[in-house]
Amino acid sequence: MKIRKIEKEMLEGKHGYPRQWAMQQQLQVGQFFSADCFVEVTQAHIMCDTESLGLAGIEHLERLASYSEEERSVGIPTITDPRGMDLMNYRRLNQSEDFAERERRATAALEAMGIMMTDTCINYQTISPPVLGEHVAFGDTGVVIYSNSVFGARSNFEGGPAALAAALTGRVPSYGYHVDSNRQATQRFTLNFDPKTLTDWGAFGAIVGEFTGDYWEVPIIEGLGDSPTSDQLKHFGAALASHGSVALFHLDDITPEALDFMAVAADLDGQEPISITRDQIRSMYAKADGSIDVDVVVFAAPQLSLFEIQEIARQLDGKQINKRTDLLIATSPEIKSACDRFGITARIEDSGAILLSGVCFYQMYARELSEANSWKTLVSNSAKLVNIISGYGYEPKFATTEQCVEAAITGRL
Amino acid sequence: MSNKRTYSFEAGIGTSVTGEALVASDNFSARYDLDRLRGIFSRRSHQLYGQSYVGKILVLNTAKGGVATAWMLLDMVERGMAPAALVLNLTNPILAQGAAFAALPLVHDFAVDITLCIETGDQLSIFPDEGLLIQESAAGIKESVRTV
Repeated sequence: MKIRKIEKEMLEGKHGYPRQWAMQQQLQVGQFFSADCFVEVTQAHIMCDTESLGLAGIEHLERLASYSEEERSVGIPTITDPRGMDLMNYRRLNQSEDFAERERRATAALEAMGIMMTDTCINYQTISPPVLGEHVAFGDTGVVIYSNSVFGARSNFEGGPAALAAALTGRVPSYGYHVDSNRQATQRFTLNFDPKTLTDWGAFGAIVGEFTGDYWEVPIIEGLGDSPTSDQLKHFGAALASHGSVALFHLDDITPEALDFMAVAADLDGQEPISITRDQIRSMYAKADGSIDVDVVVFAAPQLSLFEIQEIARQLDGKQINKRTDLLIATSPEIKSACDRFGITARIEDSGAILLSGVCFYQMYARELSEANSWKTLVSNSAKLVNIISGYGYEPKFATTEQCVEAAITGRL
Repeated sequence: MSNKRTYSFEAGIGTSVTGEALVASDNFSARYDLDRLRGIFSRRSHQLYGQSYVGKILVLNTAKGGVATAWMLLDMVERGMAPAALVLNLTNPILAQGAAFAALPLVHDFAVDITLCIETGDQLSIFPDEGLLIQESAAGIKESVRTV
């Protein structure tokens, strides 16, 4: 692997221990994936909820943060993914003081390194969307797949330690989706259905993800009509990345690298596409016949946009959440602030629902939340969340946004 | 039937390790699949549901979505609740980053489907730097293996 002078200096510790640690990590990963060199990145996004960090991760952050300001400070704009706790609301959810203290420790260490606590997985909608060809180091699979596919940015999945390393060194190993030749489509799909709702788009992403099955596959989708909205592509990408570990997709004649089919999928010309049908998408949904007692309804994963929250507020207006069911909505601090200004938060909270800021449900110590609140049956409109959450002991059900709201009001699905 | 076979792989991280295999033709995420406090597979749909992974060499197909495993492996190692190593047909960046961070051996990219060649209970010796995995089985090793 080609190492430039500045990279060699970092490896030798001439720019302090934090950058030496970072470069050592990146060199191992680069060599593992046969990277030729490093490529500079313009921004980093770090997944660092404290359930994932554990005490070992928190102590690692504190160790790095203990160095001088010059040695510990990140070299590029760096932001954070959702956290494990909304410190303004954690007592309402019976989350422990011990976990709150972990969040405070991690936050102090991250801030000492110059990292901005944006606490969001929709930074591409709310902070600074990347542009075509821009190399970035993004964590959160939903962020990466959206940025790669919809904007044409260049990023691999960067887990927390790797994104932190990129923030410190300002570069990443050049492999995977930083290399143009790896961005060609490898599998061809066609859709015989016109998805309209966010949940149809999420289900569609989940089904394609189950077909693709690994990180190195790049699906191209044909047969779409009008250009989808940002929120539709958000749900599609998040589900595709969750179900298939996919980091890049192309939509024929829609996404920027697929405006010319032959430019991105020439190797697939003549190959029969895999057909996705309405019945396959419908099969993702739970049977909503009123027979299921619902403990908690969750709108999250990814965090909701202003438009999504406005729509839920409209459906909740004048209604009350069932006494034995909880309704949680998770969004970013920026969108929460907008909701406060526009009176949307008040409309939601008047119904008995809770609007959470800077968190996402599966990153919130979900197992302990289940135990503390006696939650078992969880209903969500997120195809990503229902894929993740069963390992935490939940029985998840996938339903449309309208069915989710109705389930929160009646207590049944 | 022989009792010993050597496989080569394309890439590895970490130091040499020996241990008992726990095998499934299924994928892996520490967040999606594990109860990391109890050290068991907790996702009902996983082929290893209910089984303890602690101290075992996990032999699986590939990585699932999600980035959390990159942090989680270190905490699992430090609490003594980690597998001894990960052996995969194909990994993604997250598992490689996590393995590097936790100094947990990880190897991938074989000429065969490694999940069909190794059986749970086999003894494995892995040499990441040399690109070699040695399988020993008291019951004997199947002669036919499917090429990836």
